[in-house]
This record gives sequence, structure tokens and C-alpha cells, in this order.
Amino acid sequence: MIRFEGVTKRYGDADSGSADGGSRAGGGGDQGAVAVDNLTLEAPTGQITVLVGPSGCGKTTTLRMVNRMITPTSGTISVNGRDTASMDVAELRRGMGYVIQHAGLFPHRTVVDNVMTVPRLLGVDKRQARARAMELIERVGLDPAMARRYPAQLSGGQQQRVGVARALAADPPVMLMDEPFSAVDPVVREQLQNEFLRLQSELGKTILFVTHDIDEAVKLGDQVAVLRVGGVLAQLAPPATLLADPVDDFVAGFVGRDRGYRALSFAAAPELSLTDEPTVRLGATAEQVRAVGSPWVLAVGDAGEPVGWVRAAAVDHEVTRDLLHRGGTVASTSGSLRALLDAALSSPSGRGVVAGDDGRLVGTITAAEVVPAIEARRTATTAGEVPEGASTR
Amino acid sequence: MSWALDHLSEILTRAGQHAWLAGLPLVLGLVVALPLGWLASRTSWLRASLLTTTGLLYTIPSLALFILLPSILGTKILDPVNVIVAMTIYTVALLTRTVADGLSSVDPSTRQAAIAMGYGGFARFRAVDLPLAVPVIAAGLRVAAVSNVSIVSVASLIGISQLGYFLTDGYARSFPTEVWVGIIACLLLALVFDLVIQVISRALTPWTRAVAA
Repeated sequence: MIRFEGVTKRYGDADSGSADGGSRAGGGGDQGAVAVDNLTLEAPTGQITVLVGPSGCGKTTTLRMVNRMITPTSGTISVNGRDTASMDVAELRRGMGYVIQHAGLFPHRTVVDNVMTVPRLLGVDKRQARARAMELIERVGLDPAMARRYPAQLSGGQQQRVGVARALAADPPVMLMDEPFSAVDPVVREQLQNEFLRLQSELGKTILFVTHDIDEAVKLGDQVAVLRVGGVLAQLAPPATLLADPVDDFVAGFVGRDRGYRALSFAAAPELSLTDEPTVRLGATAEQVRAVGSPWVLAVGDAGEPVGWVRAAAVDHEVTRDLLHRGGTVASTSGSLRALLDAALSSPSGRGVVAGDDGRLVGTITAAEVVPAIEARRTATTAGEVPEGASTR
Repeated sequence: MSWALDHLSEILTRAGQHAWLAGLPLVLGLVVALPLGWLASRTSWLRASLLTTTGLLYTIPSLALFILLPSILGTKILDPVNVIVAMTIYTVALLTRTVADGLSSVDPSTRQAAIAMGYGGFARFRAVDLPLAVPVIAAGLRVAAVSNVSIVSVASLIGISQLGYFLTDGYARSFPTEVWVGIIACLLLALVFDLVIQVISRALTPWTRAVAA
């Protein structure tokens, strides 16, 4: 557990205490500009706590005070009950994984040597450190053949994976992550986020995660701390609560539009009666398609997995992949209400495709059938049942 | 050409002396410039004063330095130590800025990661900043090497034996061939220095040649 108690950071003090390597906050040079204002916060053990807010809200400063790259002006920060100010700084830092935006890999060391850094600093012998590093390289989803490459030979996403592996190498109980996925393209970012959640579900680290992206915060956080400019904590809540019940205009504005819809991400799909959908196989003939008697016909693959809708009138000979409509999303029976509604809304036939956990088609559902489930949930919530957050991951 | 062949052993002896007088100061100068450059890269007020002071050293005329040093060091005027010390001063003058620039050129996120992993001041210098500064420092060393080879030849005016002797002797005897031999030998020596520095630098920086596979 990381605990902040009345922590304030004011820049322009006699000793600003910023480690070299660039401090971002308080760049205006105002005498006594407050970056973090009397912050009290707990990041629970084994959970992801996300610090989110606009530029100048002190989120990075907050993170860097934990490993004392920045010294707080007042207040205390403790990690698992120990006041960080009383700890040896190298010991403190080596007990925390640290991941940053551009990975910050050592360009002159190979991938495996990068990952071995902290264990080697802690005195682990070379062979053991190497074995551990290789295991982690695979664990973060990299080809072991990449171990001997230099960082310059990797893509941004791969470098970021190495950065995560390096931070995990000494198996620290605490991870500090400063916008680790911000500098990669959206597709890679989503992959990294998903694998990060998968890793965390296996490892259960205590994570403090900084981002400016509220969607990322809501997706990754077990709890989200929204900070406003000047380093004041505006709201600390699980993501579902944040979306459903922002505490003030600032948080509401920051959380953004569509929050009603986005909040459905945290509502597990209830048991709904699905409609059986007649399907055709890929490769089915035009006659078979027209025999279904519907303008849009759902095509499935060999394993019974839905592959896409095909317009009956467009099939001349047989159903091929390039005839398929690409817009529809597929919801999972164990997914969220949001995924269910989205499947219905994005389907060209208006019938949302629902698959089981094995990927096989279970049935379809229309938006008109999903909405009552949403309404029923609202009734249940106002009746006192707190919506279960983070149930859909 | 035949003159050069006739005097080959003398040329080689003087070239060896020249290499020693220009080369040893490169090593000594680097040893002095590393801590100075490190200090300059760490503290902004030291940076300005250190770099200005060392930079100014380069403006002292070499002949003046060769003549003045014996009275400062208490050495004899013909002692090669004078030349070694003078050339070391010039090397330091050229390299301190290079070392400081090289150490400061490390990517901020790399440096931040190093700090966050608990690398303290000197450990970070040795493990991260210095290896990454090698290409910049090597570039500075190449300039210093050429400069040293050229300046050492002036020492023949005070009677220290090296390739510069052929320049003064050839001039005194109005014998251009000898002057040419001196010039070409200096040039070749500078090339050898350059090559050695490049080879060492390459050996130390395999990562600079690793490009996207």
C-alpha cells in the first residue's frame, strides 16, 4: 500500500529537491507555485490506482515523490507502512518498478541486459539474472530472439514491453508508471493495455499509474484519482462511480461526454433471452443465402464463430470474406451491457451478434431488447445495490 | 623520394618520438578532462566557469608555453616533459567541453530511468552516461589528436626531437624535399591516430550500428 498523508509540493523552495533528468511541473518558475496541494490518498495493495488530470495537475510530481525523485515540501509518503523519507534512496528505488513514456531503455545495452539491470544492481548473479530476464521477456509478449537486440532495433511498442519487463525484473511489490502507453499508436496502445491487465491479474502488484487519458484511466484503474490544476484531488473513486456520479463540474467535464454510455462498460451483461439466428457458412451458395429469406444473413466460420453479415442481394455465386460487412461488433455473453448495446447498434441488420466465451455464435439481440436490461439495472441501483465496478474485465 | 628512403630510419625514429609526444598527452588529457567534464555537466555554475577557463587555455601560443613551462615546473628547457605537459593542457582545453557535452547528451528519459533504478552519481556516470558519451568524446579526441600532431612540430624550435625537425632543418637548408617529407610524415601520423581512435570507439559502441532490423 502506498499512502500519501497531507503531501504538498511547492516549487521555488530553497531546495526544490528535483532530481536531475528534468522536472516537468512548475515550469513557470513562479515563486512557490504549488504542484501538489495537501494530497491524502491511498493506493491499495495489489490494485491499480490511476492518477489522471489535465497538464499541471501535479500527477507526475505526485508519482515522482514516491521514489523520491522529487522531495515533498511537507507531508509523508509511506510504502507498506514504511516512511519513504527514512529509507535509503537506492534501496527505495530498487524496490519499485518504474516505467515511463518513452521506455527510457539504455541504448547501449541489449534488451536482455536492460532487463537484467536492477537484479544485477541488487547483486543477483549473472546467470540467474539472465534466466529471470529471459522469462520476463517472454512474459511481456516478446520473441526471445529479440533479447540480443539493441533498443534501437525495436518498435516503440516493443520498447515499451521491454520497459515493463525491466521494471518487473526484481519482482518489486510496487510499480510506478508514468504515461507508459502514451507514445505509441492507438492500436498498439490497446494491445499493451490489455496485456498489462492480463499481467496484473497474474502478478497483483500495487500500481500507481499516471495518465492524462481518462479513457485509459477508466479502463485500467481499480480506482481513479482525478486531480485538478494546482494538485488538488477532485475525486477518488472506482471508474464506474466516476462515470455515474462525478462529484463536480470539473470532474464531469473531464470525464467527458458519453459517460452514461461508457458507464455501461462496468455493467455485466445480464442473462437475456437471445434470438436464434439462421446462419450460412462461408462458401455457401447464393441459393442457400436467399433461402434464409432475410436481406442480411449472418455468416459463420468452420468452428461456428460469427465472421460477419452479408447482404443477400450482393451474393452472386458464393459467400466470400470480401463480401462481408465490416461494421458489426460481436458481444460476449460474459461481456458488458455496453458491448451488447454496441453490437446491436453497429449491426447492419439491427440484430447484435452475441458469442459465447468459446467464440461460437449464441444468438442475436436488438437494441430494443437491451434497453430494458439497462432500465432494470437503474432500478436495481437506485434501490440500493451498488453497481459492481470492474466486473467486465 | 630517394632522400626519404636514405633517411628512413631517422624519419621513423622522429615519427616515433612525435607519436609519443602527441599521443601520451591525448591519454593524459582525457584522464583529466573526464572528471572536469563530469563536473561541468552536473553543475550549471561550474559549467560556465570550467568551460570558459579550459577553452581559454587553447589560446596560449604553444611556443610561449614550451618556453614558460620549464620555469613553472622546474624542468630543463630541453626536457620532453615540457612538451608532454603543454600538449596535455591543449588536450584538456579541447576535451573538457566535448566530455561535458557528451555526458549531457544522454536522452532525458534514459537518465530518468537510470535514476529511478537507484543509480547514484558515480555509478550512473560509469554505467550509463560515459558509455553513451563515447561517440561524442571520440569525435573530440580525433580533433585533439590532429591538433596535437600539428602543434608538437613547433617543439623543434626549442630543440625537442620529432618530425618538426625536418621542417625547421629543411627551411634552414633551403631544401624543400625535407620539408615535404616532414609534412607528409605528420599527415600520415595524424591519419594513424585518427584510425586508432575510430577503431577503439567502434569497439566500445556496437549499439550505434544496430539499426532497425
